[in-house]
Amino acid sequence: MACSATAKILQPLSIRSAEKSQSCSKMLSPSSFLGSTPLPKKLFSVNKTISPLARRSATIVAVSSDVVKEKKLKSTQNLLITKEEGLVLYEDMYLGRAFEDMCAQMYYRGKMFGFVHLYNGQEAVSTGFIKLLKKEDCVVSTYRDHVHALSKGVPARQVMSELFGKTTGCCRGQGGSMHMFSKEHNVLGGFAFIGEGIPVATGAAFTSKYKREVFKEDCDEVTLAFFGDGTCNNGQFFECLNMATLWKLPIVFVVENNLWAIGMSHLRSTSDPQIWKKGPAFGMPGVHVDGMDVLKVREVAKEAVSRARRGEGPTLVECETYRFRGHSLADPDELRDPAEKAHYATRDPITALKKYVIENKLASEAELKAIEKKIDEEVEEAVEFADKSPVPERSQLLENVFADPKGFGIGPDGKYRCEDPKFTQGTAQV
Amino acid sequence: MVDVSSNKLKMCKITNTSLSFRLNIKSAPHPPPPPPPPPTAAASTTNIASKRHELLLFEALREGLEEEMDRDPRVCVMGEDVGHYGGSYKVTKGFATKFGDLRVLDTPIAENSFTGMAIGAAMTGLRPIVEGMNMGFLLLAFNQISNNCGMLHYTSGGQFKIPIVIRGPGGVGRQLGAEHSQRLESYFQSIPGIQMVACSTPYNAKGLMKAAIRSDNPVILFEHVLLYNLKERIPDEEYVLNLEEAEMVRPGEHVTILTYSRMRYHVMQAAKTLVNKGYDPEVIDIRSLKPFDLHTIGNSVKKTHRVVIVEECMRTGGIGASLTASINENFHDYLDAPIVCLSSQDVPTPYAGTLEEWTVVQPAQIVAAVEQLCR
Repeated sequence: MACSATAKILQPLSIRSAEKSQSCSKMLSPSSFLGSTPLPKKLFSVNKTISPLARRSATIVAVSSDVVKEKKLKSTQNLLITKEEGLVLYEDMYLGRAFEDMCAQMYYRGKMFGFVHLYNGQEAVSTGFIKLLKKEDCVVSTYRDHVHALSKGVPARQVMSELFGKTTGCCRGQGGSMHMFSKEHNVLGGFAFIGEGIPVATGAAFTSKYKREVFKEDCDEVTLAFFGDGTCNNGQFFECLNMATLWKLPIVFVVENNLWAIGMSHLRSTSDPQIWKKGPAFGMPGVHVDGMDVLKVREVAKEAVSRARRGEGPTLVECETYRFRGHSLADPDELRDPAEKAHYATRDPITALKKYVIENKLASEAELKAIEKKIDEEVEEAVEFADKSPVPERSQLLENVFADPKGFGIGPDGKYRCEDPKFTQGTAQV
Repeated sequence: MVDVSSNKLKMCKITNTSLSFRLNIKSAPHPPPPPPPPPTAAASTTNIASKRHELLLFEALREGLEEEMDRDPRVCVMGEDVGHYGGSYKVTKGFATKFGDLRVLDTPIAENSFTGMAIGAAMTGLRPIVEGMNMGFLLLAFNQISNNCGMLHYTSGGQFKIPIVIRGPGGVGRQLGAEHSQRLESYFQSIPGIQMVACSTPYNAKGLMKAAIRSDNPVILFEHVLLYNLKERIPDEEYVLNLEEAEMVRPGEHVTILTYSRMRYHVMQAAKTLVNKGYDPEVIDIRSLKPFDLHTIGNSVKKTHRVVIVEECMRTGGIGASLTASINENFHDYLDAPIVCLSSQDVPTPYAGTLEEWTVVQPAQIVAAVEQLCR
């Protein structure tokens, strides 16, 4: 039916096509995205009253992932990762999981408050992408941002302190769970409203291009924008896809499609649930990948990030993933089908990587256990550090509102308000 | 869209004195050479001996912008039609040829996203200026302006600064209809972390533009559609004004009249009438809408003990409302009478010319209010 129509949705930019194929429908860019999904999976439908239309699978075909499968079966010389890489990936994913589990504990013990959104189950996306980046590359996330910050290199103790609301937190306790920022590690947040970070990420990518073309610097910094399936119905998403392609910005749009926006199933809210298709509509490659498999994500990420670095423009990557916990710690998570949860639990990315590493003799069980122990200790130490850290003083209240505190204006006495001694005490009238 | 790029001065029907304007309030339609102003008058006329050149307000904005873009390569402009078109009010005319398409970026019509993009660029080292083709369009960018522009420096614990300037024409024009005649200063004033300034003369337009660009804070610069063709002689020498200071337009003894932007000219016209009737009003252009310059304002209140605020915002929740509260809080003891706040009617601006005239404050109303107050 729609095959011919969709066949016209060309991805106009040429990508290296190592895997040439004969089929007409393989003209789309995914052909060079190793690890990307062949036939888009039938999205796991929970609500049986959803009409068959919602469950239709597309007639678009991405390239086969036989490349990946084959590589898996071949000898160890053709493995996707080296031992070091494997251990790095494992450690990072385990850190994400251990940290989030600790957050849940601390929340229920009353150490942190507000809205806390945990990332359990989605670690493959964060690790798969962010571990490929340099320190200068930027990451922009949403409210589910703890693990993105950790993967980018923000120390666990700083993130935990921030969650506890202490001054030693990465944002001095002023941001909280949903606003993790780090100038040192180029984590540009942490945004509470969905879609809000995408333009900011586009701006960071714009700066990278500006540095290259106006300052004539040798700048190949890339920005990654992480957001969810719900965001893909938001105007800012589409506006930024347009602008990013228009100006060939070095950005990768990473969709963490975990099928649920709080209690709204992706299938119930989206007319065409296949998000990766929206990339070619704006002239950029759209790729779908199994977000529970860190190796596949990493392969796709390599190509997407290299594309951006080479100046070829943006990519839209849809990672099919799943969150094992509720939307936030306040969400009772009663709506999702236990069968669905059980299904994805069997695809736990950490277990999968562990299996891969051990089966391919990249590392022993003991080495992995040692990593786990190290991480557990690190997370415990982070909690201790956060516990011992001081709460913000009143004097911190008025700081950081303005980069230039003259912005508080001139008081009746003719002096700037920020010169008032009470200002540093946090009690000045501003 | 009203064509302001040409010199069709009849569009600027504010007052006769607004055109070929000298900042000496005693000038009349075809005046003899005005007497030299007292030293404390409008800052631009204090240094008459220095070399000056004459230009229109939009050209002054352009000059300020160009000087800053020459000075700092990080400064860039983003907005609709700012590049090849030269800006819908010609503020960036010629810039695309001079600075290139990336420094003067023509954006698609996506205010929320390109404002957010400017914020992301500011966080990563650039100094962008976002032009709203009409200030009202920035309502679409309210999300980014409130959440990111204003708050991000604080939520990041001071790690990222947002040295962005958001500017554009607003205010009631000449029969532009309700949606093109909005006064966004009243909506934005509560956002913590931003500064707001309003320019009213070519001199302060250029000075405030430069100051806003150099400031590390996010600044919203409010221009007015009807003021773009004001002419004035401004100094050749480089100058930067202070973002937080108000401007003493006309010192006086009887009453303090606080105003900004276009209403300054209605006030000055009313001031002429008042002077003829024997009153001595002190006129202050507050310029800084957020924060208020309570020093200049306070000194004036302490002198005259009577305040009239004349603004173009709606009565409800406007700048005047905040200013009234602020003065009452800080200078209550110095007031001999309640503060009079003259604002626009709480009405969507009608298209019909007569109705539109009645929604904004007219000089006659200002005169009546002062007479009433000073009885």
